[in-house]
Amino acid sequence: MSVPNDRKYSDSHEWYLVDGNIVTMGITQFAAEELTDITYVELPAVGSECSAGAAVGEIESVKATSDLICAISGKILAVNDELAEHPELVNDDAHNRGWMVKIEAADLSPLDELMDAGAYNEHIS
Amino acid sequence: MNGPHSGPYGAGLNMAVAPLAEQSSDFPLSFEQRISGASGVSLPNSDVPSAQDDSNLPKHLRRDQAPNLPELGELDVVRHMTRLSHRVFSIDENFYPLGSCTMKYNPRVNERVAAMSGFAHIHPYQPESDVQGMLELHFQLRHFLEEISGLAEVSLQPAAGAHGEMTGLMMIEAYHRARGENRRMVLAPDSAHGTNPASCTICSMSSTKIRSRSDGKVDLDDLRSKVDENTAAMMITNPNTCGIFDDQIADIATILHEKGALLYYDGANMNATLGIIRPGDVGVDVMHFNTHKTFSTPHGGGGPGAGPVGVSKRLSPYLPKPQVIKKPDGTFAWDYERPESIGRVRSFYGQGGVLVRAYTYIRSLGPEGLRRVSRRAVLSANYIAAQIKHRYPMPFEGPYAHEFITVPDFADLGVTERDFAKRLIDYGIHPPTMSWPIMHCLMIEPSETESLATLDQFCEVMIKIADEARDQPELLRSAPHDMPVGRLDEVGANRKPNVRWQPE
Repeated sequence: MSVPNDRKYSDSHEWYLVDGNIVTMGITQFAAEELTDITYVELPAVGSECSAGAAVGEIESVKATSDLICAISGKILAVNDELAEHPELVNDDAHNRGWMVKIEAADLSPLDELMDAGAYNEHIS
Repeated sequence: MNGPHSGPYGAGLNMAVAPLAEQSSDFPLSFEQRISGASGVSLPNSDVPSAQDDSNLPKHLRRDQAPNLPELGELDVVRHMTRLSHRVFSIDENFYPLGSCTMKYNPRVNERVAAMSGFAHIHPYQPESDVQGMLELHFQLRHFLEEISGLAEVSLQPAAGAHGEMTGLMMIEAYHRARGENRRMVLAPDSAHGTNPASCTICSMSSTKIRSRSDGKVDLDDLRSKVDENTAAMMITNPNTCGIFDDQIADIATILHEKGALLYYDGANMNATLGIIRPGDVGVDVMHFNTHKTFSTPHGGGGPGAGPVGVSKRLSPYLPKPQVIKKPDGTFAWDYERPESIGRVRSFYGQGGVLVRAYTYIRSLGPEGLRRVSRRAVLSANYIAAQIKHRYPMPFEGPYAHEFITVPDFADLGVTERDFAKRLIDYGIHPPTMSWPIMHCLMIEPSETESLATLDQFCEVMIKIADEARDQPELLRSAPHDMPVGRLDEVGANRKPNVRWQPE
């Protein structure tokens, strides 16, 4: 399973791709496969605030419902609207087209605590 | 002229009487079998003039055509429903290894008692003097539950386990408020039932997860680090959802009490501990009973149900009102004089018919019988675990309580826990809980009612399916094979739900 090495990973299986102070997040391919077919993704309102460690959304699959936990605080800049009609994008391409939320980060430092691709690979094996 | 597809009413009528061979596969809906004008009742002509088109109903709200209701005679409906009932997969015919969670057996005597006229044909608006029998039953049941739980006082009012949770949290909030505190955080282990955090949200509280150790018990260090002045309570299910009894329960109570927090006990798994431990004796402050799980009341699929709550002495004043009491003259009554009560949580007095069944179960077994229920539930689960563990890896070490978890190890064959569950159906066994509380697991709970022969048969089937997974994995992946419907398109049903039947 591919784990791109351009981003950070949490132990609750979210990925964070940083560009300046804009952070794009989603769930990992590993998480998507564990959840099996994803049937619904609930995302936050654009413009709302998120706080580190709290849920910003919910992912529902045939098997389970899980929270999307966000490791950083900030403002929601955009959400992936395509997932409303096509939640299967998360299964098909979790690390790219299956992205979920873009955040304007208030503070990037919590991401330093997260894993890089190598460590995440070990975490899931 | 009469082929197998034309019914007794002759060809031409839209009436399908399926030949026997087809009755076992598919047959039309009642809507599709209509005989125009047929009805199950004959009413005299109405002497009230029917409403005219010029009635006050706005035109755009009127129907253009008659509603598409089934039109069938009584016997046709009886046959249709009876045929459907033959397809029901039920505990009357099949073993359910997901036990008390979904379908613990309900002894027939419960129904017999609940149908007695003095219980079945009364109304909550009747004066207390009319319904002394029902009130006495409530009073006795209340005390039985107090004795079983070791708690000071029980209210029978909540209508379900989750409703009991909400009631419990409302009392916890009231208790802290009376002490001038506004505590908003509730702790729950990561193995908790989803209803626990959901109840917190309903009560405008937040929840935090407490880690479990690798043996499935609460990580006390993690608990200590998270209890503070904002902690209202911890909610814990014991035995937990992994089937592990947490013997640190008294320590957990102490850790919470030292910080002014309370201990809430989710009674979901009490089936394992009746007459063995009493929550009140180990420091529990509030608990709810799931009467369907522990005391064999029907599993209502959302209701009606009952979720009595019990509390320790310091929480008694906050119980819902009215409370059933015995007056000095020996009669029974509802007591509304409870000024600190959180109030009513349900209309009238709770779910009377369900409480009659729980009472009957308790009375028909007695104290020693209830203890044997738990012993047998625990023995049955551990027996199965011992019989199949050489083929089914267990993430937690036994002994287990009334249920255990296995994580079948066949992922490299492309077989999942879902395929195991579906294959069980082919052997006439209801699938167990799966994929929860840990990924890829099956949770097996035989409950107390199964004979040794049934348990052995189940173990044999489990071993056989493990062999099939190795030798013929396709057999599992395409299961079930012998049911009226095969593998359902669950993904399609979730992504594009189609919940309304319409004529072609």
